[in-house]
Amino acid sequence: MREDGAADGGCDGNRRSFLGIAGLVTLALAPGVSLIAYAEGAARKHAGAGSQRRWGLLIDTAKCKESCTACVTACSAYNGWKNEGRPTDAQWIRKVQVTDPSTGFSRSVPLMCQHCANAPCVEVCPTGASFRRADGIVLVDRHICIGCRFCMMACPYKARSFISENLSGQRPWAPRGKGTVEACTLCVPRVDAGKVPACVEACAREGAGAMTFGDLHDPASDIRRALAAYPSVQLRADLMLDTGVRYEGL
Amino acid sequence: MSALHFREIDGRGAGFWALAVLLAAFLAAGLTAAWFMEHIGHIITGMTNQVVWGMPHVFAVFLIVAASGALNVASIASVFGKVAYKPLARLSGLLAIALLVGGLTILVLDLGRPGHLIVALTHYNFRSIFAWNIFLYTGFVVVSGFYLWVMMERRLNGYARMVGTVAFIWRLILTTGTGSIFGFLAARQPYDEAIMAPMFIVMSFSFGLAVFILVLMAACRGTRRPLGDDTLMRLKNLLGVFAAGVLYFLLALHITKLYQAQFAGAEAFLLWNGGIYTVLFWFGAVLLGAVVPLLLFWLPQTRRSRAAVGWGAASVIVGGLALMYDIIIGGQAWPLSIFPGMRVSSSFYDGVVNFYAPSLPECALGLGGCALALLIILFGLKLLPFLPESLADEVVAPRAAGADVRAATSSA
Repeated sequence: MREDGAADGGCDGNRRSFLGIAGLVTLALAPGVSLIAYAEGAARKHAGAGSQRRWGLLIDTAKCKESCTACVTACSAYNGWKNEGRPTDAQWIRKVQVTDPSTGFSRSVPLMCQHCANAPCVEVCPTGASFRRADGIVLVDRHICIGCRFCMMACPYKARSFISENLSGQRPWAPRGKGTVEACTLCVPRVDAGKVPACVEACAREGAGAMTFGDLHDPASDIRRALAAYPSVQLRADLMLDTGVRYEGL
Repeated sequence: MSALHFREIDGRGAGFWALAVLLAAFLAAGLTAAWFMEHIGHIITGMTNQVVWGMPHVFAVFLIVAASGALNVASIASVFGKVAYKPLARLSGLLAIALLVGGLTILVLDLGRPGHLIVALTHYNFRSIFAWNIFLYTGFVVVSGFYLWVMMERRLNGYARMVGTVAFIWRLILTTGTGSIFGFLAARQPYDEAIMAPMFIVMSFSFGLAVFILVLMAACRGTRRPLGDDTLMRLKNLLGVFAAGVLYFLLALHITKLYQAQFAGAEAFLLWNGGIYTVLFWFGAVLLGAVVPLLLFWLPQTRRSRAAVGWGAASVIVGGLALMYDIIIGGQAWPLSIFPGMRVSSSFYDGVVNFYAPSLPECALGLGGCALALLIILFGLKLLPFLPESLADEVVAPRAAGADVRAATSSA
């Protein structure tokens, strides 16, 4: 018995000392490992996003045809949302027919998240799930979106949608899920890979090339030169939101 | 002068348990509805991408607003030194906590992801009035609980005025925060007014006192405790002033809006041709919320009638719920003005009045929250001495006449 006991005791002692050392090592390393993980996460989160750039869109409504929905179709296909005509369906981009009732002058206007510098959705979000990247793209962090919909109440453009039911067939690059809010991301994975958003590409390919995407901070960019050369407007400019999306011909 | 004694209600009779079972059934229905909403999604509600806040928010905001108002009775006693209200102060504190918990429960269970509530408690964006409200609401429960303790623990009665003042200021800030949820929404024409904050405060005075009066009458009747005419008429007169105050703020809000051409369409919708929203405004908020109670409270034929007080308070509550529906749903039904002055149409319902019909699950959730509040009140009264054994005039009146000045420090 005693031998067994002694043997057990020895084993216990070894185990204890091993666990003690392991604990100390963990305690010593954990903060460092956590910091590295945090730094990597932070680096990933901001990869491609820097305040030296501000991504924006310019839409020439004179070129945009009422019958053309190439931008909507492309956005839907790339990001995996589908409008089946129900009021609960998500619509990241839509075509709005805008008519002046006093003159009858009418334009067809693609409308999506305006990626405001002073975004009301970002201001009102209680958890910070609605956020604006350094390069001006406004996004929703689905991990911390609790689905309160205050951002939808605050958005002046009705650019956001709430997911009211289980989804399937989501795209790996466009996370979507029941109970959270979503909107146009300016096709952020494409932008980070050096491409233009799907709507812009489709408009150039199938439409009249009414959409120009680019860096609003770069004086040499197409969008910046077009903005400098022709009059453009921000929707609800009275709200002083400094939108990243501008319109010509409205 | 008869002594004032607080005592728990017996809570052993068939009536008590019948009421408890009824309320528990409503609560169970609400929880079941919440489970389905969480499991299947908000597709089973009437809420859409156009009307994003629905019936749960009507009940939740009503309860939260009423909660802060219910605490007023205690504040009148402790902060403003009106001794006649002192015997009612404990019940006032209980109602404040119960109504707030009921309202918050609805709000939380309506979230798209209620399971992520912990996120709301660990991630804060302090530019959001919602984030502030999380602190204001939870803090209100803590402050009210502490206030109750100070009122109910004889050795701590001396602190009642100090704690009561903190609670009073807290509740004013809380309701300012609730009103500001709507007042800050510059994008929506029916909201976007600073007057929303003080209007919500007056609404809280009115709705909270109406609930208080009904609970007090029911509790006294159910336990056969005397409730003096003087006490009831005093509360009735106060409710009349508050109901008239709500009417005044509604008048000021809509006249301000009507004066500006840009809001003409939205105002016409809410006040003239908005269908259910117009009906709810005039027949609900104005008629039931203010005119009917004022007539019941002050017409010579009914001014001393106890039944008229009860009906008047009930009318204020129904009118208050109608007003909440009008503000929350009606404000969203009116389309956003993205292209001011233009006629617009789209596949996303731009330019049209948004349709909303509440579904059974969301009504069940709202009523479940109300049932939870009433259950807390019911069992609160059974477990702790919130209610005096008698509120007869001869018990309350001498105290009222004698020592208003001593109110702050006199024992509850």
